[in-house]
Amino acid sequence: MESSIKSSKIDLDIYNLIEKMRKGDRRAVARLITKVENGGPEVSKQIIKEIYPETGKSFIIGITGSPGSGKSTLTNQIASEYLKKGLKISIIAVDPTSPFSGGALLGDRIRMKSNFTNKNLFIRSMANRGKLGGLAMATKEAIHIFDAYGSDIIIVETVGVGQSEIDIFKSAHTTLVIMPPGMGDEIQAIKAGITEITDIFVVNKMDRNEADKRVNELETMLDIAENIVVDQKNHNIRIIKSNKWRPPVIKTNAISGENVPELIELIESHREFSKTTGLKNKKLAYRYKHYVVDIIQYFQNKDIERLIFSNPKINEFIDQILSYKTGSDPYSISEMILELFSKRYFS
Amino acid sequence: MEKNIRCIVAKPGLDGHDRGAKVISRGLRDAGLEVIYTGLHQTADDIVESVVQEDPDVLLLSILSGAHTILFPEIMKKFKEEGINDVLILGGGIIPDEDIAKMKEVGISEIFGPGTKIQEIVDYIKSHLKR
Repeated sequence: MESSIKSSKIDLDIYNLIEKMRKGDRRAVARLITKVENGGPEVSKQIIKEIYPETGKSFIIGITGSPGSGKSTLTNQIASEYLKKGLKISIIAVDPTSPFSGGALLGDRIRMKSNFTNKNLFIRSMANRGKLGGLAMATKEAIHIFDAYGSDIIIVETVGVGQSEIDIFKSAHTTLVIMPPGMGDEIQAIKAGITEITDIFVVNKMDRNEADKRVNELETMLDIAENIVVDQKNHNIRIIKSNKWRPPVIKTNAISGENVPELIELIESHREFSKTTGLKNKKLAYRYKHYVVDIIQYFQNKDIERLIFSNPKINEFIDQILSYKTGSDPYSISEMILELFSKRYFS
Repeated sequence: MEKNIRCIVAKPGLDGHDRGAKVISRGLRDAGLEVIYTGLHQTADDIVESVVQEDPDVLLLSILSGAHTILFPEIMKKFKEEGINDVLILGGGIIPDEDIAKMKEVGISEIFGPGTKIQEIVDYIKSHLKR
């Protein structure tokens, strides 16, 4: 049986785009991202296989937080600071797709107007197209494309999130969680979810009265979390919880830019920390483990569907289900099919 | 599955009225399109650069100030210079009837004035995509 992951070589069209990107052609970069958005894993695999050796160089900053907390405005400020240093910056800004119409209104660019024509900056808006977790299906691939394009920094801004959209953590080296003042209390803060994946807390809109209260709540939450001894055998917890890094809490004003240079310093110190302590590689291993599982699941599913539906024997199994007898329920039948499958009965 | 159509809605020039652009953006979204709204006061360079980066299928320019006779040709010239020819470009807002032919001459495919039904625009887009 030939797995669908191995079939098909690279399209000439895609190869030409990659060659143009290598020469710095921005339209080719944009078109490659469109290709991964529309083409799914079949197209992504051609692109990633070709460009992968050119990736791994960008520093990836994740920005997440609730809707209206100032993510886009702050993203633009952070980008401006890095642009001043002469660095090449790419931004991926994800906004939600309407579950009803399938359309999306992507408005993050509006907050980034001041830098539109800077040739060192590339902003790409992306609809999440129904993907849960805060990012779009194609975000990972877009990150790799921007990486190969030679971006020094890639900033990924998630959709406005609630409490458990944590996909950004699998993609970013340093994750910022933006919290506006005046929302919720300390119980909200210790509930976990996005607070567990935070490397730096940003309390934006610092000109508002309740900003200091918010900072206190977060510090209290961090005090509590710090004194809890975690099960060191749990690999997942060890990745999110490094007892040498207590996430700093900083207040900012994304509109005026107040405290943004200080925020950049914190980002840079976390970047250094991750590198020297090996946290960066641990995170990368975690990221690629999930990436590989996603890819295998996708192609495995396609293989399974192809093999099962093309095999006439499936009808006999379905007929059994319709008899409504003990042992003919969909779970039992699936177990039987899986068993046969593992024996390569269908191959 | 139907292709996801990406659009940019842009307001060129100093015109500060974007209620129409917002209605269009929301309407296209409700019709299942992906709409990037870039906000007010866009220069020709801003718009061309947004199109380069976002790679949309359609660009919708909304203008009410009367500067379309200057700005639309300028924007189209820059597209030509960049070699961008596979984006459907539409205009809207207050464009006098006698200007429409001139706008089409420089490469704006169609002009939609006040009172246009969203569905009309959606149908036009779907039947005139350049790629």
